[in-house]
Amino acid sequence: MSKNTDIHKILVIGSGPIVIGQAAEFDYSGSQACLSLKEEGYEVVLVNSNPATIMTDKDIADEVYIEPITIDSVEKIIKKELPDALLPTLGGQTGLNMAKNLADAGILKKYGIELLGTKLQSIEKAEDRELFKQLMNELDEPVPESTIANSLEDAKKLAVKIGYPLVIRPAYTLGGTGGGFVHNNAELEAIVSNGLEMSPVTQVLVEKSIAGYKEIEFEVMRDAKDNALIVCSMENVDPVGVHTGDSIVVSPTQTLSDKDYQSLRDAALKIIRALDIEGGVNIQMAIDQKSGDYFIIEVNPRVSRSSALASKATGYPIAKISAKIAVGMSLDEITNPLTGKSLAEFEPALDYIVTKIPRLPFDKFTNIDNSLGTQMKATGEVMAIGRNFESSLLKAIRSLEDGKKHDLTKNSTNQLLENIATPTEQRLFQIFELLNRHISVEDIHNITQINQFFLYKMQHIVEINDELKENQSIDSLKIAKQFGFSDQQIANAWKCSEKDVYDTRVKNNIIASFKMVDTSAGEFDSTTPYYYSTFGQTNESKPSNKKSILIVGSGPIRIGQGVEFDYATVHSIFAVKQAGYESIVINSNPETVSTDFSISDKLYFEPLTIEDVMNVINLEKPAGVILQFGGQTAINLAEDLSKLGVNVLGTTVKDINISEDRELFSHVIKSLNIKQPYGTSVESIDEAIQATEKMTYPVLLRPSYVIGGKAMKIVHNNDELLNYMQTAVNVSHQHPVLIDSYLYGTEAEVDIISDGETVVIPGIIEHVESSGVHSGDSMAVYPPQNISPNIQKEIVAIATKLAKKLKTIGLMNIQFIISNNQVYVIEVNQRASRTVPFLSKVTDVPIVSLATNAILNKPLSSFGYETGMITPTNLVSVKSPVFSFNKLSGADANLSPEMKSTGEVMGSAINYNSALAKSFSAAGINIKPNSNVLLKLSQREEEQNEGLVKGLNTFNFNIVNMKPEQITEENVDLIINTAENHQINKVATSLSIPLFTSIDTANAFIQSLKSDDLKVEKI
Amino acid sequence: MKTYLVLSNGSIYQGYSKIKPTATAGEVVFSTGMTGYQETITDPSYYGQIMVFTYPLIGNYGINFEDNEKDTPCISGIIAYDIAKHPSNYRSKMSLYQYAEKFDIPMIEGIDTRELTKEIRQNGCIKGVITDNPKDKTIQELLDKPLSFANHSTKDINHIEGDGPKVAVIDYGIKNSIVSELLNLNADVYIFPADVSAKKIKDINPDGIVLSNGPGDPAKMIDKIDVIEELQEVYPIMGICLGNQLLGLANGAKTFKMKFGHRGFNHAVKNLSTGKCYFTSQNHGYALLPESIPGSNVEVIFEEVNDHTIEGIKVKNHNAFSVQFHPDASPGPHDALFIFHKFFNMINQKGVITNE
Repeated sequence: MSKNTDIHKILVIGSGPIVIGQAAEFDYSGSQACLSLKEEGYEVVLVNSNPATIMTDKDIADEVYIEPITIDSVEKIIKKELPDALLPTLGGQTGLNMAKNLADAGILKKYGIELLGTKLQSIEKAEDRELFKQLMNELDEPVPESTIANSLEDAKKLAVKIGYPLVIRPAYTLGGTGGGFVHNNAELEAIVSNGLEMSPVTQVLVEKSIAGYKEIEFEVMRDAKDNALIVCSMENVDPVGVHTGDSIVVSPTQTLSDKDYQSLRDAALKIIRALDIEGGVNIQMAIDQKSGDYFIIEVNPRVSRSSALASKATGYPIAKISAKIAVGMSLDEITNPLTGKSLAEFEPALDYIVTKIPRLPFDKFTNIDNSLGTQMKATGEVMAIGRNFESSLLKAIRSLEDGKKHDLTKNSTNQLLENIATPTEQRLFQIFELLNRHISVEDIHNITQINQFFLYKMQHIVEINDELKENQSIDSLKIAKQFGFSDQQIANAWKCSEKDVYDTRVKNNIIASFKMVDTSAGEFDSTTPYYYSTFGQTNESKPSNKKSILIVGSGPIRIGQGVEFDYATVHSIFAVKQAGYESIVINSNPETVSTDFSISDKLYFEPLTIEDVMNVINLEKPAGVILQFGGQTAINLAEDLSKLGVNVLGTTVKDINISEDRELFSHVIKSLNIKQPYGTSVESIDEAIQATEKMTYPVLLRPSYVIGGKAMKIVHNNDELLNYMQTAVNVSHQHPVLIDSYLYGTEAEVDIISDGETVVIPGIIEHVESSGVHSGDSMAVYPPQNISPNIQKEIVAIATKLAKKLKTIGLMNIQFIISNNQVYVIEVNQRASRTVPFLSKVTDVPIVSLATNAILNKPLSSFGYETGMITPTNLVSVKSPVFSFNKLSGADANLSPEMKSTGEVMGSAINYNSALAKSFSAAGINIKPNSNVLLKLSQREEEQNEGLVKGLNTFNFNIVNMKPEQITEENVDLIINTAENHQINKVATSLSIPLFTSIDTANAFIQSLKSDDLKVEKI
Repeated sequence: MKTYLVLSNGSIYQGYSKIKPTATAGEVVFSTGMTGYQETITDPSYYGQIMVFTYPLIGNYGINFEDNEKDTPCISGIIAYDIAKHPSNYRSKMSLYQYAEKFDIPMIEGIDTRELTKEIRQNGCIKGVITDNPKDKTIQELLDKPLSFANHSTKDINHIEGDGPKVAVIDYGIKNSIVSELLNLNADVYIFPADVSAKKIKDINPDGIVLSNGPGDPAKMIDKIDVIEELQEVYPIMGICLGNQLLGLANGAKTFKMKFGHRGFNHAVKNLSTGKCYFTSQNHGYALLPESIPGSNVEVIFEEVNDHTIEGIKVKNHNAFSVQFHPDASPGPHDALFIFHKFFNMINQKGVITNE
């Protein structure tokens, strides 16, 4: 079997906006797949609505369409491009569902499009629970007893037959949305009703619960010639019951004997052969820790989050190889890109252990249910590599950057023992605290069912810590470092400073060494530029003679710091390479493009703390370090790195501090005669009350140094102020709280590129929602539609002045409010912002590349740019936020200064109305005139309310009024709730009914209905 | 306590151990398997060898009573990075530490096994001694003394009854798993010592013959090949590992010592007639020499996909074939179990070697 030469042009469908359960991993797999197909000489047409992705860059595919992933829009693209084939298995569930829909609608047939890779029939067999169960029975592979229910009544009958506990799994939903464990009738009613609602085919599986079993996953590859192999095995530390996306996972499996491992391997291969898979799949199994009996849980017949993790854990690029298999190549014809010599017909051998920990959003959504179950809640994840479990776990924990100190010393032991019965993001730390208190491994195992192997390793960490406390010797220091302790942890045990520990170990030559990830455990000579740190062993990473630049990535994806920053990191890597330097990247996120070892010259998979970054710097001695593109994670390192003598490139640390320090910044603003809303900083509750006496409500409150408007709030009176100060923040001298008067108006922002001489402004972005909504949650339009040319000129003038005064070298983002025709500056960030990918795509200005060159002392003028704003093209582009509220039960969907969205989409057209229409459609809001709209309007906006109602009437919307509990998907198509009615929001998100909580969004929606016929256009 | 691996080239690796080692020399080899340490430790092919496990966490699931390839350990030493103090598995009966102590196997952990593996890869397999005193004068003597691969074959003829074909196995140091697979297929198994005469085997009139795996250099076992030559004229034969090398030698091929051998589970071999690939369990330091094939009476039927080493042959005009890998796995993938079926088909069909 060989490469298919009948086809020439292949359509690839991306995964759309980032939501919980479908995130940056599909940018990684999609980009890899497109490049892999191009490498084989195919022309690639890509459609994806998400601008914040590398895969939607012009050089990834031959034709890139940033268009809604709807049947209508994809058919238009097909009509225009006439591809020969479609590759459906690389764009997550979204891409797969779209391929199915196109097939069902007869569109593939109509245009003679061949589906590549795994056949739809096989996909259906794997995804349809009943068909899958049938197949397992035929193959004599065990599955937990289960039956399909199409109604609550069915489910109740089944519960009697099978017996509790049960697990409910809705059919065809992302990340297990809507499912859960039930132990009694009441829970059954709640979860089954919800699950039926969520399932597009109104179907749930009622299944015997195997919670507590050990969960094992395999990433499997198979080609059309029937060669099949296991790329990676994974063992979940959290037993069955927690979605694997929310579990702590290690690779390879740790506690399976060869006999058990091989019997699971045999089952996995048997199943994927029976399914006739062509490409990569993920298979999940459960094994009884007491008997070794196993059950098959599920098969994902496509690349997935797990396959991205497996690719990074082993070095085996699953998506890349899957794409080649899809065009007919076989594993023994494909070269393993890691070695460049051996074949892809190879099962990687690891000589390290990988630990993945999910990044959960409960630091943003502090008041929601943080229990972990079958419905995935994580927004991202971190991975760490070590030569022992202890070090990989400790490195992963510090990669989380979750800002929590995890101080549980005040909790009672009984309380903690009770807590660990429920899996949450805190459980790991609760277990550590219990082990600290000498609670036995067996006791903890009996409650959590976590395998003793892992618990004993955690106990070992506690023992090392005890030993450190007792014995401040070099030997105990050495051991602590070998098992992954950070200098900070050792300093805590020794009650000294981190610097003291650092100095002691450097004096005693206890320094980090680096080992290579090579897929073969050292058996073959390899030159993979992919490393991780360890202590007490020989270093394998040899710095080259070439001048190098270190680029610091942005760590795990979280609300407020998403894939946009990986986009910027990757483009900076490209620019550094192009400028003739060796590019070295350090990052901790396995989902992203930046941690694909083929992107940079050298990759260090490490936590992004000062110590871990310094380990790399001490070895590599780069000419400089770039921090501007890794979001707040990287920029937060600037001051400390600079103090340690590191050459931080671009805007100096001093100038970064000026823009982040309120007083210094106010001083700059005043000196330039720029307006700023009145504001002050307070260090106690009393000071806060005093400060507001001088201002008028509403005021905007936030802690200093934040990501994504964390804990930011508008308060309207003293009570709300006190409540915020007492509960939301921990105000102190070290942690002041900022109070600003709130200005009502239009928000706008610019990203500027400066080399110190030339200040280039690629464009101004206007926010659709008025001030008060976080910029990351606002719809935004480029070029501005409602900002007068004079105001625009003023914005450009202010931005230029600020860039010069703040001596920006590289990028800076400035946020404005235009209130009563006056321009106010509300915030500046001396780094790449969330809007950089969007703006790069709509203006065609290579923003990150230019900024990187400016940072590397190459004048912008040498690229033909001069100071001022780039003239806009005649396209209008609208960016819309996308939320994951339906995954986070209890989260309030009301838009506020606190960021809540997980992803974004974009729509471009020749006029604003059409761009709005595309953007709404891409965001999943496809509501036609004549639909039912539920209105709940705030009385504060009376005047605007009238306009909205008029607009709705123009398009014959049927305005309905009902109590929240009466709302169903059938009787309400859209909810507009500007009155902050939380009950309504809750119903809307749980039923996935489109919801607008800002009147501006609602008005924009009405406006979008005036659009022309939408055309698809490649970028 | 601090424990050392001293190599004959002068390299010294420091680790630690809870067991005081009895200084023994062995050939230091590495295995890349991520599971299966118990099978490896008890595999008779490893007599005289000190095993470096490239996977750093060894002993995680303890030692059980079922997974032994021989009742007692066969390797001369265990080298790992991190050995589990608290194994966890439903079948575990003791920790690897307890096991090593019980059988007095020298064992070190804390060794930079990746660096050691790279050294073996670059220098080829090398002799070494595990000791708590690297300055001990006897170490050099131990390193200088040639390694003996004493006869680990059965002394007597063992008969394990079955209803199926009568299979005579020549035991050069056989793994239990080969016998188990024959028994799984209901064979009536007779196990003969390595120095058996052809007549002794002819006396039981078997339906087929298995040449087993075993330790040592095949070129030094020339005394074994006359028997094979005589038997292959009469009976269907299947060779495994050392058995493959001996079958080759008996038919005019030659063997050579590989630089660092194949030890692990991820070697894909290709069936040259169907093009299909299989992941196989391998543990060999010698192989058939490709250059010797044209002048011999064998043809190559399997090869490794990357380094193209010979992984299986069949004897021209005879009902005899052999494989270099272990179709019996244990440890390792079961992809090649069909080799046993192939052998049984050959017996049943009196000589047809199928392609599958």
